[in-house]
Amino acid sequence: MLRFALAMGKRVLGAVRDLLPIVAVIVFFQAVVLQQAFPDVVSVTIGLICVVAGLALFIQGLESGLFPLGEALAEGMAQKGSTFWLVALAFCLGFGTTVAEPALIAVAAEAAEVASEARFIGYSQSDQDQYAFELRLVVAVAVGIAIVLGVLRILRGWPIHYFIIGGYVLVMLMTVFAPEEIVGVAYDSGGVTTSTITVPLITALGVGLASAIRGRNPMLDGFGLIAFASLTPMICVLGYGMLS
Amino acid sequence: MILDSLQLFGETLLDTMRDVAPIVIILVVFQVAVLRRRPPNIAGIVTGSVMVLLGLALFLIGLDQALFPIGETMARQLTEEAQSLAGTVRWEEYWLVYIFAAAIGFATTVAEPSLIAVGLKAQEVSSGAVSAWGLRIAVAIGVAAGVALGCFRIVTGTPLPFYIVGAYIIVILQTYLSNRTIVPLAYDSGGVTTSTVTVPVVAALGLGLAANVPGRSPLIDGFGLIAFASVFPIMSVLGYAISADWVDRWRRRKQRQEAEQ
Repeated sequence: MLRFALAMGKRVLGAVRDLLPIVAVIVFFQAVVLQQAFPDVVSVTIGLICVVAGLALFIQGLESGLFPLGEALAEGMAQKGSTFWLVALAFCLGFGTTVAEPALIAVAAEAAEVASEARFIGYSQSDQDQYAFELRLVVAVAVGIAIVLGVLRILRGWPIHYFIIGGYVLVMLMTVFAPEEIVGVAYDSGGVTTSTITVPLITALGVGLASAIRGRNPMLDGFGLIAFASLTPMICVLGYGMLS
Repeated sequence: MILDSLQLFGETLLDTMRDVAPIVIILVVFQVAVLRRRPPNIAGIVTGSVMVLLGLALFLIGLDQALFPIGETMARQLTEEAQSLAGTVRWEEYWLVYIFAAAIGFATTVAEPSLIAVGLKAQEVSSGAVSAWGLRIAVAIGVAAGVALGCFRIVTGTPLPFYIVGAYIIVILQTYLSNRTIVPLAYDSGGVTTSTVTVPVVAALGLGLAANVPGRSPLIDGFGLIAFASVFPIMSVLGYAISADWVDRWRRRKQRQEAEQ
């Protein structure tokens, strides 16, 4: 109990340090640059306390729950030695965590609006909804494939930069041919697939796999899954924009 | 008041659980059906996961109550102020916006939970060679530079692909110059920065700027800041690694020269 209290105390201090820059920026611009009174100090302070407590709990829970879970799963799958099930797990994790991602839902709706403005699709709401839903499925499949590729890369020890540079070249080529209106949305979509719970879990999975497989270096092979997951949505949204 | 906040907490918790549900189902199915065994220390994993859920819900509520409204209002006010200064668009008039963009990009990145997670993991895996705090600062500097440049792009209305393709070319060159152990981590740090804290504030900044600068459309020019915020950290992390390498090599050469003398 005492050890837990000590650990939490350390996390709270860490969280305060993490949030200080935001508070400093806001206070500085509010007071010095915009020269405005601070709005509703009480509710802001309560909110900040929530943020600090939440961040401390989250990090502590990550270390005692999410990281060990991801690692245990990776280790178990590596011992089982079945590439099929590993690939299945990778696809499910990528697809499952992306299809319901709130940020993706928002970006898909924006993309539908852009497409309808540019007259690729009809003006009606149902046309837009249909487009947004298909786009979400496309991106979710793309992230599933990305995690599969990333896991295969860890298994085989392929160097990552061929994939990422190849992906960049593909994005550049597609940018030339894709309709101009979709490019901004497509570039932004790379960032949306990596939510706060997915990132730690997928990182733990990659590092766990690379540690469990003989001949793999966790630093060299364990990282990189997130990079795959943020590259493929760009390619898919650009491709989708070119097709429709 | 208390009842309201309890209800808000409950709703946010439910939303968070709904986001997490697919992940939990996948993990349980694979653990039970494919591996057919219990994970070690199941009690720790369950309490840890509950803490993650509660913590994330609290964190999101706090952001919604305290930080997002102010951040978004400030982004709007700053862009409006700049507009009233200039009739025609002159990019220098918006210098306050660039400074705000860099400062808020840096600050939100330092507080980004998924970046903290990746930093912790990198520190553990590299047995301390990569420090979690150092990685986060390097990434935050990249985001700051990226968001500021992205705002400059919105103000000037120059095409987004020029910047992003240019950034890609630099990243490719840097990849070949740097020590290959850092490359996967650097690529990853591009994706993790654009998460819970950074995206809403930065997106509000971009949309507000595009709406207020004459001749820009929010629909076309408002996007792209997230893309800047995800490429530039790769550049700053690789750049940091390359320069650390150079300094290290230079120091060793100097030591060798001194030893020879």
